Amino acid sequence: MNVRFYIPADAAAKSVGADAVAAAVHDEAMRRGLAVEIIRTGSRGLLWLEPMVEIETTRGRVAYGNVRAGDVTSLFAAGLPDGADHPLSLGPVKDIVYLRAQTRLTFARVGVNDPLSFDAYVASGGMIGLTHAQAIGADAILEEMTASGLRGRGGAGFPAAIKWRTVRDAQSSRKYIVVNADEGDSGTFADRMLMEGDPFLIIEGMAISALAVGAHRGVIYIRSEYPHAIQVLNEALRIARREKLLGAHFDIEVRVGAGAYVCGEETALLESIEGKRGQVRAKPPLPAHRGLFGRPTLVHNVLTIAAAPTILSEGGKAYGDLGVGRSRGTKPVQLAGNVKRGGLFELPFGVTLRELVFDIGGGTASGRPLRAVQVGGPLGAYFPEHLLDTPLDYEAMAKAGGLLGHGGIVVFDDSVDMARQARFAFEFCATESCGKCTPCRIGSTRGAETIDKIVAGVEVEKNMALVDDLLNVMTDASLCALGGLTPLPVGSAMKHFPEDFIRAPKRAAAE
Amino acid sequence: MSADVFNDAERIIAEQLEQAHAFYGEDAKGAAPLLPILHALQHAFGYVPPQAQPLIAHALNISQAEVRGVVTFYHDFKTEPAARAVIKLCRAEACQARGCERIASHLESAHGLVAGARSHDGRIALESVYCLGNCALGPAALVGDELIGMIDEVRADALVAEARR
Repeated sequence: MNVRFYIPADAAAKSVGADAVAAAVHDEAMRRGLAVEIIRTGSRGLLWLEPMVEIETTRGRVAYGNVRAGDVTSLFAAGLPDGADHPLSLGPVKDIVYLRAQTRLTFARVGVNDPLSFDAYVASGGMIGLTHAQAIGADAILEEMTASGLRGRGGAGFPAAIKWRTVRDAQSSRKYIVVNADEGDSGTFADRMLMEGDPFLIIEGMAISALAVGAHRGVIYIRSEYPHAIQVLNEALRIARREKLLGAHFDIEVRVGAGAYVCGEETALLESIEGKRGQVRAKPPLPAHRGLFGRPTLVHNVLTIAAAPTILSEGGKAYGDLGVGRSRGTKPVQLAGNVKRGGLFELPFGVTLRELVFDIGGGTASGRPLRAVQVGGPLGAYFPEHLLDTPLDYEAMAKAGGLLGHGGIVVFDDSVDMARQARFAFEFCATESCGKCTPCRIGSTRGAETIDKIVAGVEVEKNMALVDDLLNVMTDASLCALGGLTPLPVGSAMKHFPEDFIRAPKRAAAE
Repeated sequence: MSADVFNDAERIIAEQLEQAHAFYGEDAKGAAPLLPILHALQHAFGYVPPQAQPLIAHALNISQAEVRGVVTFYHDFKTEPAARAVIKLCRAEACQARGCERIASHLESAHGLVAGARSHDGRIALESVYCLGNCALGPAALVGDELIGMIDEVRADALVAEARR
């Protein structure tokens, strides 16, 4: 009988040598005359353990972590094909505490299946949601979505069912589903992992929403920095057409971005698909009324659309029973930066930052004291240690002066210079500004210059007040989140870490 | 532009135009196929030949200014031939927290590579990018379509050596 190996082909796992491990397993098996089958999967998300190799045994799957190509011979010698013990052994996958602590709905198949096996997708519960949706019809689909309480996972947190209903009620012969996979926030990689690890879930979610709102075409806009995800999704689309999941009634294409962060903003993204500069549109009109090519358009983040198959198969109520307050269901959280155990953890809303960073993440990777945690990407606030008891839900994060965003958490140790981080936030805004709003286009550059003056000790109090004023203008007078939220990282750094800004001896302005 | 390049560019533009029409129907008028056209040209030639811009404008019935506006807006599109090897080093927050600035300094001091410029021999270009989605295993870089994680000085040296080859 074949020994079955599961080795991730996820880009993050590849980035630390998963391909070389797969090749070594193949070679070693040949040398030993063992019949093996190597199945390339997505990643389980326990990224600090990558490359993580799993083997099918009578006890279920058994895992080995941080496997290097050079370890493969010793693993075979120790009896690896039987799941025998070895210093790299993590034991049965079902007992791994970091997986057991999760509620994996959206990521249930990621790291388990061959992402491009449609048979495996169907055998593990795929297509139940769409089949059910087809049976109950558009009105009942909308009822399930409403019962689920699902809100946009991209950051804005808008109730999904309201968007669906608006697009459904809009009168047009042509409507679009647009999936925003322009995951540009540093510290986030959930969209990438899902696209690479379970692309059919996204396609099924889009097909369900198309049925509900009456759309005829879908577009997945993926950033060019994700070549692996682009390749997997294109292949999955070909298979989905062959399986008649897609066709003349509803078809999907992948559009590749071109390195513009601002295209993650939904209206800039629509402009980009239309072949224009990625400049933000004023709202109204809402994309749900006049979106892509002026047609009613449902725009969702990857994770929002990917929740639809689960909601339809398990029922909206079951999904909505998870979570806290007005944040229902699960949230794939991404732990990144200077953290010991970084990765993706899908949990019901309500877990605190402290539990995430310390209990799951194990504190800093460097072993130095934690200084700051940035939540929600480059436009998210920096939190000091004493605010880590904030629970992860839309409202609690906003109350603490931050945002949940796409659920990325970046950990910094005490070597971080927060004035430098504040300057970087301005600099990033200046580089990525689409140029439409003056406070964003010019304010970001002026902000970086003023931080330089503060750090140099030039008229510190006056310049701190000037930055404060600038942040207010940017917040109030920018059309989109880039200019409107750059004040969050800058302002939170100044508020919580003032000592980093006023270190230099005072100097006169003339110097 | 040589006749070959001209013909290749014409063919690429026509192909992308046809694909966009097949998918978007009547909505595909105007600039709709522009990004796929620019990507396809850059894939074929390593950059978007400026001489191809009038061809695109003509095929899509838009102005050359509109084409140029889009080419210059997006960081990805280059208007001159790229270096043989391009190392895209992530400089975003999560990689900062894991020491990407140290790697950037090392690439400059040990190999003379400065972000946004080419090596002295012109063979390698270093670019700064902001997030490659490898935020738990940074510092990260993208070389071609290959993602590289956990870059330390030794790995950085190896990357440069591979790129020089």
